[in-house]
Amino acid sequence: MKTLDRRGRAWLMVLAVLVAVALGADLLASDLPLLARVDGKTWVLPCVTRPAQLIGKTPDWALRTPIPFGPLQTVASTGEVRELPPPWAPDEAHWLGTDELGRDVAARLIHGARVSLFVAFFTMLIALAVGLLVGGASGYLGGFTDAVLSRVLEVMQTFPLVFFLIALMAVLRTQSLWPLVIALGLTRWTEVARLVRAEVLSLSTREFVLAARALGASPARIIGRHLLPNALGPVLVVTTFGVGSAILLETALSFLGIGVAPPTASWGELLTEAHRTLQYPGAWWLAVFPGLAIAGTVLTVNGLGEALRRTLHTSRREAANG
Amino acid sequence: MKRYLARRLLLMMPTFVGITLLTFVVAQWAPGDPFQLDLETAGPSQQVIDAQRAARGLDAPLPVQFGRWFSRVVRFDFGRSFVDQREVTQKLSEALPRTGRIAGLALLFGFGLAVPLGVQLAVHRRRRWARWLEFTLVAAWSVPSFWLAVLLLTFFSEWFPVQGGVVLPVICLTWPTLVVATRQVRSAMTDALGQDYVKAARARGIPERRVVWRHALRNSLLPVVTMLGLHLPHLVGGSVVIERIFSIPGMGLLAFEAIGSRDYPTVMGAATVMALVTMLSMLLVDLAYAFIDPRIRLEKAS
Repeated sequence: MKTLDRRGRAWLMVLAVLVAVALGADLLASDLPLLARVDGKTWVLPCVTRPAQLIGKTPDWALRTPIPFGPLQTVASTGEVRELPPPWAPDEAHWLGTDELGRDVAARLIHGARVSLFVAFFTMLIALAVGLLVGGASGYLGGFTDAVLSRVLEVMQTFPLVFFLIALMAVLRTQSLWPLVIALGLTRWTEVARLVRAEVLSLSTREFVLAARALGASPARIIGRHLLPNALGPVLVVTTFGVGSAILLETALSFLGIGVAPPTASWGELLTEAHRTLQYPGAWWLAVFPGLAIAGTVLTVNGLGEALRRTLHTSRREAANG
Repeated sequence: MKRYLARRLLLMMPTFVGITLLTFVVAQWAPGDPFQLDLETAGPSQQVIDAQRAARGLDAPLPVQFGRWFSRVVRFDFGRSFVDQREVTQKLSEALPRTGRIAGLALLFGFGLAVPLGVQLAVHRRRRWARWLEFTLVAAWSVPSFWLAVLLLTFFSEWFPVQGGVVLPVICLTWPTLVVATRQVRSAMTDALGQDYVKAARARGIPERRVVWRHALRNSLLPVVTMLGLHLPHLVGGSVVIERIFSIPGMGLLAFEAIGSRDYPTVMGAATVMALVTMLSMLLVDLAYAFIDPRIRLEKAS
């Protein structure tokens, strides 16, 4: 049966933790507390609800988030004064240091996780939908449709897509993340489509599909009951690896300054800052931590992809043997 | 062989038209045109703008503009840059060798190192060090080359001349090539070493070294050659980021800056040339593949 092996389950756990960090970013790093009492009134989770009444008030007591800084909060706004201007090296107050504006790197990384995972997940969802549709149509219908769609695929794979993305982002870029998701989705579907096409082509000559067709099953039933479920495994593997490369692409675009619009914290933008602040020699924490976050997340996703592939491989072999 | 070549060339035609169309659409999508940028800053009168647009053919209907553009592309005439009035072809011919040198070196080092490394990994795949190295490769695969570039500049910038010369950019572009190619060589070699002809060669008493480096390697080079073609677009994409970090005025930086300043002729020229280069390399790879393996040549021709 198809179950992940131990390594695969470990990667899945790590990914779950990353998703939890991304979803709970407001609970982990915020300038507002988890629980506070101000002027005789108790506020629950102001870090999530961000009530306007609290800004600038000093609470009687407060339970702070583990990292008591927001992603956009600068040193100037915290009133923190030190001998040297930022960037500051990691210490007890700022675990991973601060950038040149005095924004806490750890807080920005945690909030950047939300952006990266959100963008990557929905990018691959779009890519999956387009890829299934195009690949399925191409493989199932064949003939002229296949010829045209194969040409389109070839164009998309030959064209330097970074240019396409740059131009697309020049048009679509807003504060919202959706334009980025759509632009990335429109470039990432080719791998899925190619795979689905190949799978459908090889599956439609198999006995059980021929039998279904001979029994008079409708095309919708053949596609829905026989082709798609059997193609799903390899597609899942490719999609998982696609999430990894979508994260890399998003960070690269944000690094070029055309991805996630600042001041939203994103990992790529953090690295741009590291590149810009090369004039502060020795500010290693700006270059090291965002990159570790990117590489670690991509590694986790790719590790999971490898595990899925192993699982699929063995289950196919078992199916063949008995 | 001739029929195969003719077929491949014929199939390239619609792809090429598709690419020019995509380039054109992308350039049209970009907001406004260069004169709108001028308008925001200097503010010439509407008549001046209209005259300028008409002079550059920007007032014609889109299909006409595309038709004009396509007929010039075929003659490698991309017009003049909107920004500095220089011939786009000349700008491209200056930028292309710069990118070509870095990308070529990256390919050379990447594949040159990947073959011995991948072979060793496949031969010793059950050893502990090979497993660790394999995990390291998966990890290295996840490291974006622009992070590597920033890291190298952060920690080693004083070791190298200004902006790293050629060494640092080549290291950064070699990195992903090496990782991808090594994994490909390793898996192709692992497959090859399990084949019957390898067993047969061993049974005949041929020395193991010869079995590995001649019999198995030759057969596993085929998928590696294919991968080389598929890797080129990625290399081009990577060069945009790397050229920007190291301020190399190559194709990637040229296109990136041209899109920023809405310089359509340069954008379209750069994208077309890059796509053309990629297409030609894929064709070369395909031909090499068909040349090496008669099965493909005969199957496709019939």
